[in-house]
Amino acid sequence: MSKKYFAAPYLVWAVGFIIIPLFMIVFYGFTDRSGAFTLENILAILSHEHAKALWLSILLSLVSTVICLVLAYPLAMILTKRNVNQHSFMVLLFILPMWMNFLLRTLAWQTLLEKNGVINAVLSFLHLPALEIINTPYAIVLGMVYNFLPFMVLPIYNVLAKIDPNVINAARDLGANGVQTFFRVIFPLSIPGVISGITMVFVPAMTTFVISTLLGGSKILLIGNVIEQEFTQGNNWHLGSGLSLVLMVFILISMAFVMKYDKDGEGAMF
Amino acid sequence: MKKHAERIYLALIFILLYAPIATLIVLSFNKSKTRSKWGGFTLKWYSSMFQNSSIMDALYTTLLIALLSAAAATLIGTMAAMGISSMNRRMKTICMSITNIPMLNADIVTGISLMLLFIALGAFGVKFGFGTVLTAHITFNIPYVILSVMPKLKQTNKSTYEAALDLGASPVQAFFKVVFPDILPGVLSGFLLAFTMSLDDFVITHFTKGPGLDTLSTKIYTEVKKGIKPEMYSLSTLLFLSVLLLLLLINLAPNAKKISAENKGNKK
Repeated sequence: MSKKYFAAPYLVWAVGFIIIPLFMIVFYGFTDRSGAFTLENILAILSHEHAKALWLSILLSLVSTVICLVLAYPLAMILTKRNVNQHSFMVLLFILPMWMNFLLRTLAWQTLLEKNGVINAVLSFLHLPALEIINTPYAIVLGMVYNFLPFMVLPIYNVLAKIDPNVINAARDLGANGVQTFFRVIFPLSIPGVISGITMVFVPAMTTFVISTLLGGSKILLIGNVIEQEFTQGNNWHLGSGLSLVLMVFILISMAFVMKYDKDGEGAMF
Repeated sequence: MKKHAERIYLALIFILLYAPIATLIVLSFNKSKTRSKWGGFTLKWYSSMFQNSSIMDALYTTLLIALLSAAAATLIGTMAAMGISSMNRRMKTICMSITNIPMLNADIVTGISLMLLFIALGAFGVKFGFGTVLTAHITFNIPYVILSVMPKLKQTNKSTYEAALDLGASPVQAFFKVVFPDILPGVLSGFLLAFTMSLDDFVITHFTKGPGLDTLSTKIYTEVKKGIKPEMYSLSTLLFLSVLLLLLLINLAPNAKKISAENKGNKK
């Protein structure tokens, strides 16, 4: 018996619970309640309310992704330079917060950001103007950056840690200064990690409905909130599926990017 | 100067990451029931949480699902990794692409796709509840195990397995005595990762659970509007600190061994 049949249970499982469910969304998305073919559920994205939610989701997740990248890259560089040879320890520091419930961690930002919250108490002690961002898009961006920063740091760190120091030394020997070495050698080598990090942040940020519910008050609707409501309150699974298909277009584009730039899975998270 | 800047930067990032956790720990000792006011120090939430049967039920469900789904995913995933690694290049690419779907896909899409499947399976008597949540968790956990085991399998030397067979071991013996010890670290970290992911999941559970069932996450989500019960903070603090302690022990133990081994070496 060939060893490859060991994968059989998994493949059966994957077809049943990964592939078929995705086709269920496609089926629901292209049909109406009577089961007839329709494009209405897809085109519903063009309605003012849905288009606004989609646009806001794209905007906020792009801003969060850029902030995460700007924060994470220097962080990953510092971590590699520190020569923390215990790779698992670094991962641990970023995974550890996950053992405190995700919803509670995000809710804690309410306590921190509130009008009379901890941060404002510190600011007023320092005679600085108060920060009033709770229940605004700014708080949602903060929540996204906070929750997804590790997903940006770890892939970049993994790629940077693998760069052969001799390559950098060679560049320096050949007369490149620090800035040139960075832009011509280090950064191009780290592209797979950067791309992987960008998708790992962009996709969950764009599709979240929890962060916007917890930190945005109840007035700010992202596309995730709209879909969630269609499934749990509106009970229009067809419309919800149609909007999810639109969302999946963005996810597929991100996946294609990763496949193109990170063929060998160098920028993998773990 | 540069060193200091780097240190300050590291400190700021870790403050960002750990400030909410510190906040929750402080809130678990707060006498006042609202989370925006400090009413003095108390330990009463730590004792009252054990009497709150709905919180204890949710904790039990959460831990049971995490444990069962991680165990099942570890078994299926380890076997899958072994199978996939012996496939030809084309099949390997197809399998790894399928494995990547739940990792890269949005939680909300995974959640509703499984919800629609379970609705369709309702015709065959499938009811939303423990079974559907467990199935969903196993599904999103398997890829983490596969991706942790695959690199270890790549590192193992194939000829050791063949040597064991030549020396008269049965394939089962050869696997458990030769291959398995090599991939064990990958299997363990896959299990741990799967357990953590299951424990922290809210979105997929939200769409696949039935009305009567609650995990800690879904319970917290329904409490958000009414106000979180302070017992939730104390329970989370307790969970977090016990894991922290456990991980510190695991991480320090090998180092301690190494150091004592070095000391012994020096004495000689």
